[in-house]
Amino acid sequence: MKALRNYLDKIKPNFEEGGKLAMFRSVFDGFETFLFVPNSTSKSGVHIHDCMDSKRTMTIVIIALLPALLFGMYNVGYQHNLAIGSDPGFLMTFIYGFLAVLPKIIVSYVVGLGIEFTVAQWKKEEIQEGFLVSGILIPMIVPVDTPLWMIAVATAFAVVFAKEVFGGTGYNVFNVALVTRAFLFFAYPAAMSGDQVFVRTSDTFGLGAGQVVDGFTGATPLGQIAIAGKELIGSFQATNILGEPISTMDYFIGLIPGSIGETSVLAILIGAVILLVTKIASWKTMTSVFVGGAVMSLIFNMIGTTVAMSVSPLDHLFLGGFAFGAVFMATDPVTSARTETGKYIYGFLVGAMAIIIRALNPGYPEGMMLAILLMNVFAPLIDYYVVEANINRRLKRAMK
Amino acid sequence: MGLLSNKNKEVLLGPLSANNPVVVQMLGICSALAVTSKLEPAIVMGISVTAVVAFANVIISLLRNTIPNRIRIIVQLVVCAALVTIVSEVLKAFAYDVNKQLSVFVGLIITNCILMGRLEAFALGNGPWESFLDGIGNGLGYALILVIVGFFRELLGSGTLLGFQVIPQAFYDLGYVNNGLVILPPMALIFIAVIIWVHRIKNKELQEN
Repeated sequence: MKALRNYLDKIKPNFEEGGKLAMFRSVFDGFETFLFVPNSTSKSGVHIHDCMDSKRTMTIVIIALLPALLFGMYNVGYQHNLAIGSDPGFLMTFIYGFLAVLPKIIVSYVVGLGIEFTVAQWKKEEIQEGFLVSGILIPMIVPVDTPLWMIAVATAFAVVFAKEVFGGTGYNVFNVALVTRAFLFFAYPAAMSGDQVFVRTSDTFGLGAGQVVDGFTGATPLGQIAIAGKELIGSFQATNILGEPISTMDYFIGLIPGSIGETSVLAILIGAVILLVTKIASWKTMTSVFVGGAVMSLIFNMIGTTVAMSVSPLDHLFLGGFAFGAVFMATDPVTSARTETGKYIYGFLVGAMAIIIRALNPGYPEGMMLAILLMNVFAPLIDYYVVEANINRRLKRAMK
Repeated sequence: MGLLSNKNKEVLLGPLSANNPVVVQMLGICSALAVTSKLEPAIVMGISVTAVVAFANVIISLLRNTIPNRIRIIVQLVVCAALVTIVSEVLKAFAYDVNKQLSVFVGLIITNCILMGRLEAFALGNGPWESFLDGIGNGLGYALILVIVGFFRELLGSGTLLGFQVIPQAFYDLGYVNNGLVILPPMALIFIAVIIWVHRIKNKELQEN
């Protein structure tokens, strides 16, 4: 650590104004403050200081994401081996998934951080650290067979149009990772939905190709529900990719096809505990998303006549990206509501909206992405009315 | 006053950039989103609007001293409606396919804000020749933006230009896929936003604080 500090101090003059590497100033600055807590303090106004700056916050979010990411990698390999009917052991299964996911992480970081560094250098600002989390979220919410160039295009679009045009980290109206996914979803629908993309059947860097077994179907449980959506109750049973029936417990463990990081509720809950213990995510937002989803699916259960409407609340909360969205996306401190009452309203509506989209729109098997993006727009409005109500209540008290 | 004095040049060329009806005055956005998913309808729409604005400007300018002020809007509407009907019939007769693609938006030229805006702001106070130039200029300014947006939307969304395949088959074999989002109207809004962005960088006096 000491040696690293000394090295950084030694090369620092090169990056200052007039130094020979001045064009990489923001890059250097970014790495230095990533590795060490910076010395600089706020220069104006009154601020609350504690030991956390936003880079440290981001680091904890990434640690919270690791269980889901590692499980996702294993699951990619597991689904692949299930599809080709082989069993190379735990380690090889994980390595297969690791090699399949790693290029996506690299592409997302290189493109996103490249744009951030360029903009920071151009505007002569510090590098903003928001992309540290977005960069790991993006590969986790796409199907494993998404081509890398699509991820690159979508990431560039999202960083420029969802973030930089609004003023950078902290000013964005929409969650950047979800804008990336929405762009992919609408621009390249064939690569983002259907039953061909969620399980990789070809090889990864020469590892693991094979003949696909008979009866293979790559449809996710939500995809199956959407296909069966209009049928009457009683005829639906979700299956895994070999056509064997699966239950709520399988949804919870997560060895089912789906986007890379979203399948395992168990792994996501470990992340949720980390976020809640460190108080980085708001428990109010998180729980009210789950409550909203559960209430809405109970309502559909009562009035519903179709398969899509009669999925039980627990299944709804465990399937697809619901848990992932609730824990890591809806709680994004920038794009969610900031007032305490507002967090309940915001979270509840996210959950309810996601289930409404799932149950009533067979065109979109998953509603979480669209629900969160929609509520991102309304978050400032919710905050406004919560604050207004507060002011009016106090005014009344003052009048008496 | 020559036919193309400095003032008239300004009237004709100003709307192309510095006073562009779409990217500076923010008029006609709706039809710009609706008809630009392909280049051909964008061009036809641009020409139609140019023709209607130019001739409506001339007619209103000739009538400007006889129209009673209180009913001027209704007179303008009658003139526009007549011209739009002519354009619509001509398109139906000679460019039926494009007319189908443009669907209601030919008829909706009558509600195009650029049209009423120019009649109110220019034709009612200027002579027929200036009004004609003003109409041509504004129509071309609108057409210019439509063509730029239509060009990129057709190229990225369908891989074609005016219906001809531009992106080679080899790209598709390598895994390139047309961008479906570009075909949808929201992306047209983003394209127009990018044009405005570039335009404001070039014209610093237009930047708002």
